[in-house]
Amino acid sequence: MSRSLKKGPFIDYKLEKRILEMNQSGKKTVIKTWSRRSMISPDFVGHTVAVYNGNKFIPVYITENMVGHKLGEFAPTRTWRGHGGKQK
Amino acid sequence: MARIVGVDLPKNKRGEIGLTYIYGIGRSSAQKILAQAGVDKDIKVKDWTDEQITRIRSILNEQYKVEGELRSSVQMNIKRLMDIGCYRGIRHRTGMPVRGQRTQTNARTRKGRKKTVANKKKATK
Repeated sequence: MSRSLKKGPFIDYKLEKRILEMNQSGKKTVIKTWSRRSMISPDFVGHTVAVYNGNKFIPVYITENMVGHKLGEFAPTRTWRGHGGKQK
Repeated sequence: MARIVGVDLPKNKRGEIGLTYIYGIGRSSAQKILAQAGVDKDIKVKDWTDEQITRIRSILNEQYKVEGELRSSVQMNIKRLMDIGCYRGIRHRTGMPVRGQRTQTNARTRKGRKKTVANKKKATK
């Protein structure tokens, strides 16, 4: 079931604060975050966010198309390299 | 023979069913279209008058996205997911189920015919 519109999108408070601060100062640094559940809002566009996948931080460059998705969607948590056999 | 948005409609079927031969039109939207055009849904396609066909055509043109246009927009949506590299896009790329279904068994629609272990895995893009 999708989230009630009444509540608005969920963005971790601390993460949103840091993004907005960077927007104001015009600086661009990579932000490390564990908050995979945060929705990407239009403020994020152009920043790089390092999203934790349980093992390491995956740098994600946010483009306009990604708005409305969650950060976790861009940092896969599973590795699957295919079944055995000769690779080429 | 009624030809609407590039599709030949079967002439011996009721209008309600006949319209569903258009990609993007199902039973419920077919009923709505016919009601709006003022055509009884039980009239066979071959018995439609020219005037009725024109009305149905104009309703389709103005309010519905069908056939090629719809197909391309669906493809565009999938392509967008693949381009931004999100989880759903990756699943589309690798030809796996997109919506969290189980894959230990089943999922043959997405994965294709069973590959026996001895066979080399088919290259997926």
